Amino acid sequence: MSENLETAAAAPQGLGDAEVPKTGGLYTLIERLREQLAYQPVLLGIVALAASAALTAASSATSGAIAEAQARDLRDSLAQVLPQGFADNDFLHDTVSIERDGKPVTIYLARKAGSVAGAVFKVAERGYAGEIQLLMAVGVDGRTLGVRVIRHSETPGLGDKIEAGKSEWAKDFSGKSLGDPAPERWAVKKDGGVFDQFAGATITPRAVVKAVKGGLMFFAGHRAQILGGSQ
Amino acid sequence: MSDKYGEIIKGGLWEQNVVFSQMLALCPAMAVTTSGTNGLGMGLATTAVLTASNILVSLIRKTVSSQVRIPVFVVLIASLVTIVDMAMNAWLHELYKVLGLFIALIVVNCAILGRAESFAAKSGVLASAVDGLAMGFGFTGALTVIGLIREFLGAGTVFANASGLLGPSFAFLEMKLPGYGGALLMILPPGGFAVLGFLLAGKRILDSRSARGAQADSAGCSVASHAGA
Repeated sequence: MSENLETAAAAPQGLGDAEVPKTGGLYTLIERLREQLAYQPVLLGIVALAASAALTAASSATSGAIAEAQARDLRDSLAQVLPQGFADNDFLHDTVSIERDGKPVTIYLARKAGSVAGAVFKVAERGYAGEIQLLMAVGVDGRTLGVRVIRHSETPGLGDKIEAGKSEWAKDFSGKSLGDPAPERWAVKKDGGVFDQFAGATITPRAVVKAVKGGLMFFAGHRAQILGGSQ
Repeated sequence: MSDKYGEIIKGGLWEQNVVFSQMLALCPAMAVTTSGTNGLGMGLATTAVLTASNILVSLIRKTVSSQVRIPVFVVLIASLVTIVDMAMNAWLHELYKVLGLFIALIVVNCAILGRAESFAAKSGVLASAVDGLAMGFGFTGALTVIGLIREFLGAGTVFANASGLLGPSFAFLEMKLPGYGGALLMILPPGGFAVLGFLLAGKRILDSRSARGAQADSAGCSVASHAGA
């Protein structure tokens, strides 16, 4: 190990320092000022100002494109939980906000020919390693239209089979409602329910089942509010 | 002069490789190398930041007094990373979705401050730019190799999702070993340490062989000289 540290320390140094600075006068002035006490705070101030200016410029140059990209992402993931051709409105801008456990939940309304046909919203539940965030779509009949994991930090290879790209598991929820299966069967098979767990990972699917069930109960509890959603 | 640049390039790519020799930046190296594609992407983003920070630090090296150089460099690097982060989010959004979490981590990559402090602060602009590129590509190479090995052993794939990073024309890089589920351990952090350990040992063997070759060469046994090179 010490060998390596030495090699690192023996980096080629001072290359180019021998060059005569082209703006000689300015550099001698700076060199004289550089050791003065007041030089340090002024320098730090200038650097901070320049950095802030650069960040402000970069932020204003990119904010439009970032907002656009995020809206596109959201539209894509919303469209993925809804069956094809389910909605004909711009559900991204057709929303109601309902409070759940003290936090507002944005509900995107999917309409067909003007009347609400389904609602899409986010649910979250604590998984094996941190929060699992899901996007779920529920039809007016109270049946799940689709469930998709949008963020999680479950174990790769074990718990990540909840992702749509890794396995078909999340499709099991489609068509399920609070009465079908019966409430006590809303669990993984190990707990006497109807949903598969994965070999080596029970906590993750258990959390997802709980989240979806909670989402359906939330929808049922606020049905009138959601369906009468603002145009 | 060209000799100097040759030295810098050789140093960055092999002799002082950020990961394999300096053993810096091991945190991002372990965190992102679950696949070859992730390693490549992280390496390229780091190369961009490292080169830009080396150039900037070299440009202002005469105006920065040694007492406050560390805060100045830190502000510089943090701003650069933030700008890269925003630019990628805006214009390379697909790539950003894969690497987004790790881009911010470049700030704490000690290799960047290390190069600013030990090289760019003492060298000319061109030499610093070359050093940034060489160190960056050395880092990229190391991350890609570790990532590929872990990905192949852990998931049975090679360069999975490379077309998402490099564009659809690179889909030919993607390979999958049929019927092999992979050893999960290699994807998890211990696998990263194990792969790094074997690679370090391998580099040591190569280096000591070429050192022996060089010794033999200077002793006059010119026949054996290139055996280890």
